[in-house]
Amino acid sequence: MCLAVPAEIVEIDWPYATVSLGGARRRIRVDLLDDVNVGDYVLVHVGLAIQKVSKKEVQEIERLWQQILEE
Amino acid sequence: MAADTGRIREKIREVSEGKQITIMHLCGTHEDTVSKYNLRSMLPENVRLVAGPGCPVCIIPDTDLQKVFHLIEKRDVVLTTFGDMARVPFQNRSLFYYRSRGKDVRVVYSVFDAVEIARKTKKDVVFFGIGFETTMPSIAVAVKDSPENFYVYSAHRYFIPAIEAIIKGKMKIDAFINPGHVSTIVGVKAYERYRKYGIPMTIAGFEPQDVMLAVYMLVRAVAENRAEVFNEYTRAVKYEGNVMAQKVMDEVFSAGSGEWRGFGEIPGTGVSLRKEYQDRDAEVAFEDIFSDFQPTEDPRKRKCRCGEVLKGLINPDECSLYMTACTPRNPVGPCMVSFEGTCAIWAKYGIR
Repeated sequence: MCLAVPAEIVEIDWPYATVSLGGARRRIRVDLLDDVNVGDYVLVHVGLAIQKVSKKEVQEIERLWQQILEE
Repeated sequence: MAADTGRIREKIREVSEGKQITIMHLCGTHEDTVSKYNLRSMLPENVRLVAGPGCPVCIIPDTDLQKVFHLIEKRDVVLTTFGDMARVPFQNRSLFYYRSRGKDVRVVYSVFDAVEIARKTKKDVVFFGIGFETTMPSIAVAVKDSPENFYVYSAHRYFIPAIEAIIKGKMKIDAFINPGHVSTIVGVKAYERYRKYGIPMTIAGFEPQDVMLAVYMLVRAVAENRAEVFNEYTRAVKYEGNVMAQKVMDEVFSAGSGEWRGFGEIPGTGVSLRKEYQDRDAEVAFEDIFSDFQPTEDPRKRKCRCGEVLKGLINPDECSLYMTACTPRNPVGPCMVSFEGTCAIWAKYGIR
């Protein structure tokens, strides 16, 4: 139920946007986020973008892992 | 990553040595990761990882399901819901059973699809809404922008207040893995009120590395006696959460007591539509139909231990029905139906 997947925004038609989910396109709502642009990654849950995720943040876990391993 | 996982496994062993530690996760998707990658086999014997009530379909009591059945028996509406919910049986019936008998039951991917259906029909469209704080913002957005023939039967539950009931329950939990996407909405701040109980928590993502890292952070916190709220899922969870989503939820919904399978009533978890949106509330709009509703019991469910599974008191294989009378093809309780149900997940990955 609480499954959410990251998807890339390819077109904006406020309050909707079209996202690409590994090639599959879907129309979602994005109006609970501010400042959404084409090319952004968002977490999509049942047709609503619930958060922006940056590629940098996706890399954060790798940094945390590295930190633990170096301790 | 395999070598790294080996290192983290060693670190978990070192830090937890000599202590019995029980960690509960609170999200069905975490159970999927744990079972799929067999992460329990990588933990030392003294560290137990148990599944909690992180499955919205599972915790909904049969009363709500019966009320929805009652509604579609009495009134010709279009009933929309998520796929998992449509398969939950009660007295050998499910919403799919009703569809096979000619009732207009439609599975939707999102509540917005249900609103679209309402825009294209003159019939009343009821959305049987389930889900925690992750899902509720989408319902709130839909309610605010829906036609007059659209109604919500709200079986949603606020998850955050339920954590208190788990902490105060029979089972002693030493640490929690908090649900990743509920946390995306409510933020790290929502858990700070639980620091007084002295139980560390980590918000975690859904990759196996996320879960192993969360376990490590928690066993270390237990060893060092640090009851903090950690955030391992920084790529999706901010301290303040999604404030716009919280705001729209508060505008549309109000909290009351809510019933949970296995737990009974939990204060502050029930979700109903506020007065301003009462004309979208199926329980208000079809009040006359519900006036003669009487809940009954399903004798087939007497031996179903879904409630104990949800509380982490037993594993699925401790239930006598598991993979005998109750299978994914012919489920008895919702824990064997939902893709977030612990029994369905164990069955999927062949755990016997």
